[in-house]
Amino acid sequence: MTTTAAPTGAPRHSRLGWTVSDTLAITGRNLLTYVRLPQLVIFSTIQPIMFVLVFRYVFGGAIATPGGSYVDYLMPGIFVQTVAFGAIATGVGLAEDLGKGLIERFRSLPMAPSAVLGGRTTADLIRNVFVVSLMAAVGFLVGFRVHTGPGSFLVGMLVLLLFGYALSWGFALVGLSAPNAETAQATAFPVLFPLVFASSAFVPLETMPGWLQAFAGNQPVTVTVDAVRALMLGGPVVAPVLEALAWSLGLLALFAPLAVRRYRRTQ
Amino acid sequence: MSAAAVVLENVEKRFGDVVALDGIDLEVRPGTVFALLGPNGAGKTTAVRVLTTITRPDRGRATVLGYDVVHQSARVRSQIGLAGQYAAVDENLTGRENLRLIGRLTHLGRGTANERSAVLLDRFGLAAAADRPARTYSGGMRRRLVLARALMHEPRLVILDEPTTTGLDPRSRNELWDIVRALVADGVTVLLTTQYLEEADQLASEIAVVDHGRVIAQGTPEELKAGVAPTTVVMTFDSPDAGRRAADVLAPLSASPPTVEGATVELSAHDGPGAVIEALRAVDAVGLAPSTLSLREPTLDDVFLSLTGRPAAPEQPPADASDDLVRTGGGR
Repeated sequence: MTTTAAPTGAPRHSRLGWTVSDTLAITGRNLLTYVRLPQLVIFSTIQPIMFVLVFRYVFGGAIATPGGSYVDYLMPGIFVQTVAFGAIATGVGLAEDLGKGLIERFRSLPMAPSAVLGGRTTADLIRNVFVVSLMAAVGFLVGFRVHTGPGSFLVGMLVLLLFGYALSWGFALVGLSAPNAETAQATAFPVLFPLVFASSAFVPLETMPGWLQAFAGNQPVTVTVDAVRALMLGGPVVAPVLEALAWSLGLLALFAPLAVRRYRRTQ
Repeated sequence: MSAAAVVLENVEKRFGDVVALDGIDLEVRPGTVFALLGPNGAGKTTAVRVLTTITRPDRGRATVLGYDVVHQSARVRSQIGLAGQYAAVDENLTGRENLRLIGRLTHLGRGTANERSAVLLDRFGLAAAADRPARTYSGGMRRRLVLARALMHEPRLVILDEPTTTGLDPRSRNELWDIVRALVADGVTVLLTTQYLEEADQLASEIAVVDHGRVIAQGTPEELKAGVAPTTVVMTFDSPDAGRRAADVLAPLSASPPTVEGATVELSAHDGPGAVIEALRAVDAVGLAPSTLSLREPTLDDVFLSLTGRPAAPEQPPADASDDLVRTGGGR
């Protein structure tokens, strides 16, 4: 297998093969960090759990939702909120690696340049899978029920994970442009806050003033939440899901090249 | 294609208005230790970043082992090992995991990476701490880990950026120096940047003095030190009067006229220890005894003074192109 370890040795993989292998190596490294510092993941679950409890038991009673119970309305919103805020971690992690000189070290290695970003976003996708599963468990504990079926539920999960993945690339761009991790965090929050709260995640759009509905009705969080809700609670599925996928893929197509370009220029 | 391990030809690099490299020329012979000696902000780290393909030069040509750093950057990266200034290790990974990750990213193959990590951990005295997170390592251990990491893929050129500048105790520093010497014995070329004349003198067979982004002097340590103030013997006596009397008898021993400041006399000598014996005999002969005595070895400042007529301290802390910048994102 490993006949020669010569640094110049003939590649045993194709270029694509090495890119995949490097991306996996970086993914593993980032996941290892999450395992070693479980507080990173634990803290990112405490906030959404508190949101579940606050909206389910404090505000929920005052929010009227068309048909069904509020907890069923709430949980798809919570899932999307969780992956959206979780995406900030991508930017913060990259800004930290930059600040510590680790990115610089990677840049002096004969590895695929895209692997640093690919590995980071993949690790954060895997972390999101874990966190969202946990949130689903919490949801089921407080009375959330899927009205469709396990298949639709899983498709809903995939739709929102894709959305989180696309946002990760957006925050990768933020993290690479920020002077430090704190700034990356501080920049991300005011962007996400209006997107998540001026959306259909927690309350029906109809309760908002007209001007706000215009924004809330046409932004990716609402679109994704509506698609996930349709998949988990029932109703017409095709159009909202296609619209959600279009948003996620569009954001990905925009941010991934920008982040890669930014990475190449960072020196 | 040149036989030199490293070539910089008229390389320029600017960061906004700051000229980090101002047409620097350099040639490093293979199998030697070459030191870039200069103050903070002289452009040493920028030169390293150009050679490690992290930064593209604005102008000029740079090659490493015959490969162009711009057009053959992948080739260059596979031949070099960089131990950066900040001892940036993955804090949450163990020492062994740090090395294995680099092994994977330098495409060694799992088996080889594991073997190499074990060998290097052992060789650098990290075997006992191999499975502890690197955040528990001392400064000296981090330095050794960084160096081990730079050697994982057996690079033919090892670049050490200010290996001992950030707070290393003398023992760790000496260990590091021993490792560097052993590397060269193995036929590796080492390019080292430092602010310390002593370090360059100890390790390098050739030194280039860098200032404001260019080489202002180059030669063997002996050649450079020959033009420099020799060892200074500093003696303090009980009174200014005793100091003056001592200066009188010491004058014939000093390379340049001794300086007297209060009760303290300084004389310069090419042979430090020998001069101390002679100086003590001379003052003893007239019934004087110094209350303190010390020797001062020449420093980077002395080299600069003799080369440029001014000390090495930069006039102002460099803002952008500074040597101690980990990141300089394009726009600000």
